[in-house]
Amino acid sequence: MEKFTTLTGVAAPMPLVNIDTDMIIPKQFLKTIQRSGLGKNLFDEMRYTQAGEEIAEFVLNQPAYRHAQILVAGDNFGCGSSREHAPWALLDFGIRCVISTSFADIFFNNCFKNGILPVVLPQEAVDHLMDDARKGANARITVDLESQTVTASDGKTFKFEVDAFKKHCLMNGLDDIGLTLEKASAIDSYEAKNATLRPWA
Amino acid sequence: MTAPRTLYDKIWDDHVVHQAEDGTCLLYIDRHLVHEVTSPQAFEGLRMTGRKVRAPEKTIAVPDHNVPTTLDRANAATMTEDSRIQVAALDKNAKDFGINYYPVSDVRQCIVHIVGPEQGWTLPGMTVVCGDSHTATHGAFGALAHGIGTSEVEHVLATQTLIQRKGKNMKVEITGSLRPGVTAKDITLSVIGATGTAGGTGYVIEYCGQAIRELSMEGRMTVCNMAIEGGARAGLIAPDEKTFAYCMGRPHAPKGAKWEAALAYWKTLYTDEGAHFDKVVTIRGEDIAPVVTWGTSPEDVLPITGTVPAPESFTGGKVDAAKRSLDYMGLQPGQKLTDIAIDTVFIGSCTNGRIEDLRAAAAILKGKKIKVKRAMVVPGSGLVRAQAEEEGLAQIFLDAGFEWRLAGCSMCLAMNPDQLAPGERCAATSNRNFEGRQGRGGRTHLMSPAMAAAAAITGHLTDVRELMGETV
Repeated sequence: MEKFTTLTGVAAPMPLVNIDTDMIIPKQFLKTIQRSGLGKNLFDEMRYTQAGEEIAEFVLNQPAYRHAQILVAGDNFGCGSSREHAPWALLDFGIRCVISTSFADIFFNNCFKNGILPVVLPQEAVDHLMDDARKGANARITVDLESQTVTASDGKTFKFEVDAFKKHCLMNGLDDIGLTLEKASAIDSYEAKNATLRPWA
Repeated sequence: MTAPRTLYDKIWDDHVVHQAEDGTCLLYIDRHLVHEVTSPQAFEGLRMTGRKVRAPEKTIAVPDHNVPTTLDRANAATMTEDSRIQVAALDKNAKDFGINYYPVSDVRQCIVHIVGPEQGWTLPGMTVVCGDSHTATHGAFGALAHGIGTSEVEHVLATQTLIQRKGKNMKVEITGSLRPGVTAKDITLSVIGATGTAGGTGYVIEYCGQAIRELSMEGRMTVCNMAIEGGARAGLIAPDEKTFAYCMGRPHAPKGAKWEAALAYWKTLYTDEGAHFDKVVTIRGEDIAPVVTWGTSPEDVLPITGTVPAPESFTGGKVDAAKRSLDYMGLQPGQKLTDIAIDTVFIGSCTNGRIEDLRAAAAILKGKKIKVKRAMVVPGSGLVRAQAEEEGLAQIFLDAGFEWRLAGCSMCLAMNPDQLAPGERCAATSNRNFEGRQGRGGRTHLMSPAMAAAAAITGHLTDVRELMGETV
């Protein structure tokens, strides 16, 4: 997993609430057996006509946002299915950070496994950053994981909370399976104890 | 004396392998369900790192999302190339890693959330995960069950654990009894309508109250299945005599002395008097009506007696979202819900593809003919299909003009050939009405099997109570 430390870039505004994982990556693209290559189908049904032509009004089709690295989104971003294809598609497009007032749990968790930082901020902060996002390259946003801050183009800084373990893994690009396997003896003893306590399990 | 604990607290405590100073836990996983869509990259990860499946005997796989449900599905040409590759990958991964497997050719093949309960893999007090958000279904047994992403699927395969932080406790109590024509689906949709799709975010929901106790195991699975649509990763219901009776004798349920030991343990699985809930929602069972969704979020729920709402009746970002929904759904504010004409009826899915659901739909359809363009029943499992044939339900569906399909996820998410055309309007017993969910441009109204059957025979959204001779 690629590390996330700090990022300065163009943010794309997506104020719609309840953007679900079916919108982020429709089901017909879940038939892949790979993680990569989904960026071209990110937000597919909002981004292209049925004939496959770009819909000019869609934010990521506008020249200012074709290389956006941050999304500023409406409430409850990523609700719906557990498909990790959603963060894979965002990452493949180049999005490394999503800012919203709230995220669905499974999507939120999946982001951290893929080097994407989901940032939760209060409504006023998201509104402020949404204004920046609407200005495209004229108002770049800086996200710094170490200091847990997002800085708007006018220098206004918003502090965000992040789980310490998740932050550690993201900042160092750590594979958490490797970390868990270091605790193999704890798993062994749990299983041994469980064989007596709950043998049916 | 220990402090009073919730059911969730108890299951959690019994599965903590390791707790770090910051509260991050390593949680042991008793059952890992696997399907073809969210697992290939996880198995590939194991191969690349030379890791094995730690507990293949606790890992159960079945292909369900891609598989065609038509009777000719043994013919490979019924699947697209990419679907075939994905199912073939699961065939190979199951064999290579030695996990329990129900291939398409097995009569027990089914939707992944049906096989757990049906075969006795899912039992009270267990932790159950799957790379699928509707894993919440298994919470009906008093199991802590939730969806995970593919990276976590790989983590569970390799370690039989998950890195977790404990969620908060939420109680959803449904008091009293349901009125005739009102079902488990109406409960779960009404709860989401009341709390919103983010109302349960960060929580594990315990459903309780008389109306929940009075539900069958099938009904309880329907309720827990949609905990995720309410934002909660997991929903659960304390096990009781109905739960134990359902589990007894299932192929993988314990037998003899192990059964007795299990039963003694399961009887301790309830929320202690005075245990703390961070959030409580109470709904009177008598107040719940048969409901349908009108929009493109599962929170867009109204009693069937209602009218399409005006976007301006909402606040904040929901105003624009509702405008977008009505535009997508082709509806006008003020339109009576019962005036909405239906093209297609879909009965099935992990929400409502069990025997009781088919019985409820068949009871409405008996002796009637459909007035919609097409209608299909997709049983949740091969065994449900066989049972429905034995009970004569299949013939009722066929006589009414329904297609009688083989098991799979089918038109719930339209990854197989069962899809809506643009603009096609569907009365569906599934769980999501998102844009494009059942096919690009397709319009989904969620409801109970009885309500879907009612729509099938009238050709429009219908209050099932009128067909039952009930006064509203």
